[in-house]
Amino acid sequence: MLASLAPMIELQGLTKRYGDKTAVDHLTFTVRPGVVTGFLGPNGAGKSTTMRMLLGLDAPTSGDVRIDGRHYSQLSEPLKYIGALLDAKDVHGGRTAYNHLLCLAQSNRIPRHRVDEVLETVGLTAVARKRSKGFSLGMGQRLGIAAALLGDPEILMFDEPVNGLDPEGIHWIRNLMKGLAAQGRTVFVSSHLMSEMALTAEHLIVIGRGRLLADTSMADFIEKNSRSFVRMRSPQPERLKDVLAAAGHTVVTTSDGAFEIQDADAADLGTLAAQHQVVLHELSPQRASLEEAFMQLTAESVEYHAGGSLPPGQGGAGGPDVIAQGVPAGQAPGQQPPAQEWGAQWRNPGSGKGR
Amino acid sequence: MASPSAVLQSEWTKIRSVRSTVWTLVLAFVVTVGLGAVICLVFNNQWSSMSDSDKATFDPTNTSFFGTSLGQLALIVFGVLVIATEYSTGMIRTSLAAVPQRGSFYAAKVAVAGLLALVVGMATSFITFFLGQALLGSHKAHIGDPHVFRAVFGAGLYMTLLVLFCVGAAAMLRSPMLGLGILMPFFFLVSPILRAVPKVKNVAKYFPDQAGQKIMQVVQTSDNHTPYGPWGGILIMAVWVAAALAGGFLVLKNRDA
Ligand SMILES: Nc1ncnc2c1ncn2[C@@H]1O[C@H](COP(=O)(O)OP(=O)(O)OP(=O)(O)O)[C@@H](O)[C@H]1O
Ligand SMILES: [Mg+2]
Repeated sequence: MLASLAPMIELQGLTKRYGDKTAVDHLTFTVRPGVVTGFLGPNGAGKSTTMRMLLGLDAPTSGDVRIDGRHYSQLSEPLKYIGALLDAKDVHGGRTAYNHLLCLAQSNRIPRHRVDEVLETVGLTAVARKRSKGFSLGMGQRLGIAAALLGDPEILMFDEPVNGLDPEGIHWIRNLMKGLAAQGRTVFVSSHLMSEMALTAEHLIVIGRGRLLADTSMADFIEKNSRSFVRMRSPQPERLKDVLAAAGHTVVTTSDGAFEIQDADAADLGTLAAQHQVVLHELSPQRASLEEAFMQLTAESVEYHAGGSLPPGQGGAGGPDVIAQGVPAGQAPGQQPPAQEWGAQWRNPGSGKGR
Repeated sequence: MASPSAVLQSEWTKIRSVRSTVWTLVLAFVVTVGLGAVICLVFNNQWSSMSDSDKATFDPTNTSFFGTSLGQLALIVFGVLVIATEYSTGMIRTSLAAVPQRGSFYAAKVAVAGLLALVVGMATSFITFFLGQALLGSHKAHIGDPHVFRAVFGAGLYMTLLVLFCVGAAAMLRSPMLGLGILMPFFFLVSPILRAVPKVKNVAKYFPDQAGQKIMQVVQTSDNHTPYGPWGGILIMAVWVAAALAGGFLVLKNRDA
């Protein structure tokens, strides 16, 4: 078999239906080696389903997914190729951590000393002989990661590894993933937190309702989506508006009467106002967060929003607004926003209380 | 493809590293041996008060196996838990990610459970026999008597086949609750009750447990008459087992984990 140079994951029109519910809808993308690829999507987007098909646990309704050109079931000792953590709870709680890892190691002819090594790596050596049903969420997660690392695989796949973890645990997993990618491994990790991905991933794949919404490098995504703008408030709004317009700036008035000026330098604007003797009550450079960009991108495909409308008091912070404005269920999310358009709606009044 | 010996070794680690394996098999052993011993003791003490016809048809070998009717419940639990806990715990996804060749995974699991059941079943049946006979005093059977060895060996075979039947059935049901909820009442209540109902009992004779238990009888009477012999009975049970295992395999092969 002609193998590619480095292991990669390729999806071709991958589709999964449960009854008349389409969980994964013609996904085509490639996870490339040597980087952390973030797999992003809101709840129910189909991330876990995609990963289960990748591991041959669920059979695709149509389409194909291959690892290094082969189906998962054609891998004879798969743990040596690809280590996965789907759900840390997928263990028999009555078995000790050591025996859990041992039975996995034996099935793939991985030497026994690897069990001790990975237990050491994830910091579970002290509880290796304890049954895993007594483990905390964080310890369970570490055991799942130990299992993924067992075969020293070139590809690692984690499904929402930081879910439910405390800050220390999150920090640990983040560094672990970065470390693995730095060793040249392929890391494919799902999340519904853009901010998390911005810290770890170099490449991004975004899905919503089972469909591919974006396949881009993180740098591109940030470049296109984290527009900066300056927020200004003045007791002389009319005068300020005129001055700004005269200087060639596009001014957007927000619902609370402030102005937002895209792609401008706060210092320049301050000087401009001083020159024209306009009183300013606020002059602040702002940055739209990636989280907002992500929500904007997936707004149409968000499946389970919290009710149709939000209580009035909550409208300020861009994100929830966007979700509340989401396209009603049933309307086809067919026309996905092409890449250039991301963030194009940033001028939306009121949506830009950056962090 | 996955190395069969590696997968077998892995399944052996799995089965020996959970407590349910130990307590179900120990319980099966203790109940079967203990209850058989008690019954043998009772018969020995009550011998003088038994009718002549009862004395004539007394089957010391089969009497010592009285405890299997209860002890087998623990074997059912063992057979069901071996596979159904993979589903209830979610371990099945971890297992199949490690061994995606589902046929190899299933074969190894069945083989390990079957071999362990065979060892424990044979030990249980021979110890049950020898202890029971010792307690029967002068009414005992000898292992060298006609058909006796077949019955004792057959009892071990029966226990093994019962476990395998439960493994297959549980693989079809994919849940310990369902598996235990269906198999325990079936073997403990439904089958024994139907055995006593006229007409229906002619059908019930072909149930896996009733056909399989034929091999433990040494003395044939009009009461326990069946259209098949001891080996025919075990063969009928084996057909049930094969069907259950095949059904379990098809479910594992075709359903999402
Ligand atoms: N076994 C199943 N049977 C029926 N529907 C399913 C099954 N598994 C998943 N689904 C549905 O498919 C859709 C995708 O689910 P999936 O778990 O893949 O989403 P996800 O992106 O992992 O979500 P989350 O972020 O909440 O984990 C959901 O609507 C879910 O209800
Ligand atoms: Mg999920």
